[in-house]
Amino acid sequence: MKSESEFVGNVSIVGHGFEYAGRVSNEIKKILLEQGIPEGIVRRVAVVIFEVEVNIISYAETGFIRYQVLPDSIIIEAKDKGQGIADIELAQQEGYSTADDKIREMGFGAGMGLANIKKFSDVFEINSEVGKGTYVKSIINIDKKRS
Amino acid sequence: MKLAEIIDMLDAELIVGTPDQLQIDIKTAFGADLMSDVLCDARSGCLLITGLTTPQGVRIAYALDIAGIVFCRGKRPQPQSIEIARELGIPLLRTQYIMFETCGRLFGEGIIGCIREICAGDSFREI
Ligand SMILES: Nc1ncnc2c1ncn2[C@@H]1O[C@H](COP(=O)(O)OP(=O)(O)O)[C@@H](O)[C@H]1O
Ligand SMILES: [Mg+2]
Repeated sequence: MKSESEFVGNVSIVGHGFEYAGRVSNEIKKILLEQGIPEGIVRRVAVVIFEVEVNIISYAETGFIRYQVLPDSIIIEAKDKGQGIADIELAQQEGYSTADDKIREMGFGAGMGLANIKKFSDVFEINSEVGKGTYVKSIINIDKKRS
Repeated sequence: MKLAEIIDMLDAELIVGTPDQLQIDIKTAFGADLMSDVLCDARSGCLLITGLTTPQGVRIAYALDIAGIVFCRGKRPQPQSIEIARELGIPLLRTQYIMFETCGRLFGEGIIGCIREICAGDSFREI
């Protein structure tokens, strides 16, 4: 079933410096608010995109974020080309981080990002291949009664 | 407490903010320099007290619908942070008080943490 509220957006992040971190999240948030998506849902989407965006900038070479607005949910996918993650279980543990000093100076690298994405998502998926890249998928349900 | 009253109480400088925004009623706050922590635990409508002056603080504030940012211990937001705050409509304040003093003054006026505490197993106690 197609509805008018359905749409897809793609944003690519190509070798951006850290000073740009969060820009994609902010831009997508603006678009979703203009589309009349409930504020609480948009906030969750904004946090998830912020975290994946910071991870792409921190640990990958290039990447893109795709978001799909469906009548009952928003799907966010982040795919990057980069070093990948050797131990996915370990990477998801709260507090585990390989962030360097530069990232930490900017106030990131607490090792809470993936856990935070999971917390804000209804469905969370992560795949990675060392030397190739990482894929993160998050689905956030639009609960019209709640929001 | 109105943002205008907070400015008075903290002897703060208003760096970015419209007259409308001075009337925003603040009930809760979150204090941290670690942006990772802000992304995890700050809640919409709260005031963020921080010493980190990078644009990411402003961007996180927009993502989370944070009501405004207070830079403590005299820290000046980076020019780019100011520019982005104007664009996104995030009020920025600057106070000479250190973070402890800033938070204490706000708490003394009845402003409380936007969440109470972090509990075991990744849960937290909402206010
Ligand atoms: N896109 C990615 N590519 C490569 N490694 C990643 C990626 N995302 C996360 N990681 C790895 O997983 C760890 C944990 O990530 P995260 O939970 O976001 O915390 P943090 O970014 O604060 O370290 C990172 O330190 C990094 O080693
Ligand atoms: Mg991260």
